[in-house]
Parts: sequence; C-alpha cells; structure tokens
Amino acid sequence: MIAGILDFFDVLIATIRDVLPIAAILFGFQLFVLRRRIPNLQQLLIGFAFVIVGLAFFLQGLEQALFPLGKMMAEQLTAPAFLGIDSASHAYTPDWHHYVWVYLFAAAIGFSTTIAEPSLIAVAIMANQVSGGAVGIRGLRVAVAIGVSVGIALGTYRIVSGTPLEYYIIAGYVVVMMQTMVTPKTIVALAYDSGGVTTSTVTVPLVTALGLGLASNIPGRNPLLDGFGLIAFASLCPIISVMAYAQLSEWQANRIKKQRLRSQEK
Amino acid sequence: MDSIKDLMPIIIVIGFFQLVVLRQPIPNLADLLVGTMLVVVGLTLFVYGLKTGLFPIGETMAHGFARKGSIFWLLAFAFALGFGTTVAEPALIAVADEAAKVAAAGNMIENTEMAIADYANGLRLTVALSVGVAILVGVLRIIKGWPLHFLIIGGYAGVVVMTGFAPPEIIGIAYDSGGVTTSTITVPLVTALGVGLSSSIHGRNPLTDGFGLVAFASLTPMIFVMGYGMLL
Repeated sequence: MIAGILDFFDVLIATIRDVLPIAAILFGFQLFVLRRRIPNLQQLLIGFAFVIVGLAFFLQGLEQALFPLGKMMAEQLTAPAFLGIDSASHAYTPDWHHYVWVYLFAAAIGFSTTIAEPSLIAVAIMANQVSGGAVGIRGLRVAVAIGVSVGIALGTYRIVSGTPLEYYIIAGYVVVMMQTMVTPKTIVALAYDSGGVTTSTVTVPLVTALGLGLASNIPGRNPLLDGFGLIAFASLCPIISVMAYAQLSEWQANRIKKQRLRSQEK
Repeated sequence: MDSIKDLMPIIIVIGFFQLVVLRQPIPNLADLLVGTMLVVVGLTLFVYGLKTGLFPIGETMAHGFARKGSIFWLLAFAFALGFGTTVAEPALIAVADEAAKVAAAGNMIENTEMAIADYANGLRLTVALSVGVAILVGVLRIIKGWPLHFLIIGGYAGVVVMTGFAPPEIIGIAYDSGGVTTSTITVPLVTALGVGLSSSIHGRNPLTDGFGLVAFASLTPMIFVMGYGMLL
C-alpha cells in the first residue's frame, strides 16, 4: 500500500513536470504580454489542479492495471505458439489469414482505448458546446473509435503482409480529399482534428506494444522498421470515419425531409 | 459516473481475450481492480478540471489576445505554446529514442551512445519546432480566414513528396510522430485557443474556423521528421 502511494507521488511529480512548461508559457504571457487580471483566477487554478491530479491518477491506474495485462496479451496473441504456426521452419512464409485473432484484438483494443481517451473527450465536449448540441458527444466519440479500430486492424494486416506503409497512407489521403469535397463544411475541421487527438495516453502504449510484438514474431519482419505505422493508421482513419458519419447524418436528415414533403403533397 | 461507462469497453475487451481466447486466468485481480478504480477517479477529476480550468484558461487568453489586437504577440504565444508543450512530451521522447536506434541500426549515424543521444535530441527539437510552426500558421489561418482544407491538402502533398525522397527507414517513425505529439493537456488548450479566437474575431465561425489547429500540428511533424532524416 505504501509502495503504491509512493508510486503515485512519482507519477504526480512527473505529471507536474510535464505541465510546468505549459503553465510557465500561459502565466508568462498572461502577466507580461496581456497584463490583465484573470477573472475567476481561483477557480481556474483549482480546475488546473484537478486536471493534473486527475491525469496522475489516470496514468497510475493504467500503469498498474491495464497496460501490463494489455501488453502481455499483445505479446501472447502474436506468439507463433498461440497461432499454431511453425515459424521456425524456413519454408514458412507469413500467411495473412493465420492472424485473424490479432486483427480482431487490434480492432477491439483500438475501439475501446479510444472511447477512454481523455483528449478526445475534451474535443467532443468542446465540439458539442460550439455546435450548440448539433454534434453529439457520444456520437462523435463512437465515430472516431470506429475509425481507430478499422485503422489499427488494417495496420496489423499491413505488418503481417509486409506491404509498404506509404501506399496505405497516400490512398487514405486521396479518400480524405475526395470526402472533403462532399462533406458538410461545418464538420470538416472537426474531422481533421479528430485524427490528431485520438492517439495519446491510453492508445499509444498498447498499440505500440501490439505493433512491436507482431513485427518481432513474424519471420522476415524487423521490429524497428515494421513495428511502426499503427499510430499513423489510427490518426488517419478517424478523419474518414467522422466525415462518413457526417455524410450519413446529412443523408438521413435529407431523406426524412423529403419524406415529409412527399406526405405533405398528398 | 460516465467514467465507468468510458472504461467498460477496455475491461470487456481485455476480459474476453484473456478468458475466452487465451484461456488464462486474470493475474493480480486485486491490483487490477485498484488500478481500474484509480483510472475511473482520474478520468472524472480530469473532465471536471477540463471544464473549470483548461477550457476557460484557453478561451480567456484567446479573448485577451483578440482584444489586445497585436498579431505579433498572438503568433509568438501560438509558437511558444506549440513548441513548449511538445518538447517535453513523454510520448515524443520515447519515439525519438526509438527512431535514433533505427537510424543507428540502419547505419545512418554512428552506432555510439553519443551519436544516438544527439540524434534523438535533434529529432525532438525538430518535432517541437514543427508543432510550434503548425500552431503559428494555424492561428494565422484563423485570423486571415483561409479555408482549412487548403492547408491540409498542401500538407498532404508535402508528406507525399517528402516520402519519395526520405530514407525508407525513417518513414514509419515519421508517420507515427504526427500522431504522438499532441498530448492530453495540449489538445484542450489548443482547441480552446482556436475556438476562443474564432468566436472573438468578427466573421469567423467557431465550428468551421476554430477547429483544425490540432490537425495541422499532427501533420507538420511528419514532414519535418522526414526532412531531418534526409539531412543527416
């Protein structure tokens, strides 16, 4: 118990150290450039403290509970013994459909870690406020999570098949650009942002473990060269899924409108 | 209690794969429960602090700069925020160290501890610089009212062109570095800055103009890191 408390203080100090430069910049500019008294200073400081303490609890809990288990599972699922592959024989070439459980795990872990991602919660809350409730907090987060889960599953398939990362990413860019033309303008910026925010505290450690485990267990893959790229998938696919979600909602709204018009004509 | 709902998917996924697929008992159940409780408490506090602290700070400062009307100081602030929050980002430090090892293994740099540490530090500064530039350009975009997709498409074109020239070893890390740079504290602040700015500048819509800073900040590191890989 005492060890746990000491651990927590370590994490708390580390978090404060990470936040220190940010706080210095904020207060430096506020004091020396804006030179204005901050309204509700006390409340803001309390809020800031809540963020730091909350983040420290959050990280400590992840370190203690979910990360070790998640990383261990990523290693076990990618181990040749579990997959029933005899990778020691030289005749073996990786065959993508031996890894179905890996794809499923990748998709599931991508979805579930994204739902818990604090920075995505922040952006969803902000988008909800700014749009006057038109963008639902849960809807946006689920749309992003679906994107991440598809992205990570695709990324693991890429590691297994050994195809070059840039082909997938460039193809993704083309899809994003085409969608940009037809998606409702109000959602485009938000969709772009949701790509960057999805991958932070919760997702990155688990997904990196999955990528490295996979690349080091498949013959012919170098973990240093092939283990990367999952994060890139996870930040690209949500852009596509959020725009698709917006298009779908618009299409549905239009259809209801048309139906209503039709019933009025009758 | 929303936090419990947020964590349920992870618990279900890990439980299912551990018990049903791998068919193993869950080790250290007590540790796991305590840890999960901590995560729930932490997430609840964080979301509360977000609404009372981080969002208002970002928005008041954005309004303050808009009222002051000095573009120079606003851009200086934007750059400092991007650079300062990224250079100390733990996820970035981890990725930079990994990238240095790759570079050493690929004989791009000498395989000595000194050279590796130098390379990692240089990479970190490069990424921090690129995020600073991204936030600066993004804020300029909000002021000038440029459409976001031109910037993003330009950025994509930059990434594609750089991919053609960059050494293949660096590409995976460069692409990943885009995603890891934006931390949990930076994102709410930068989002609040964008939304606050666009709501205090006449003729800007917070929804279409306020968002997009994070997107740009996760694009430029890809270009800068590939550039870094080419120069060395």
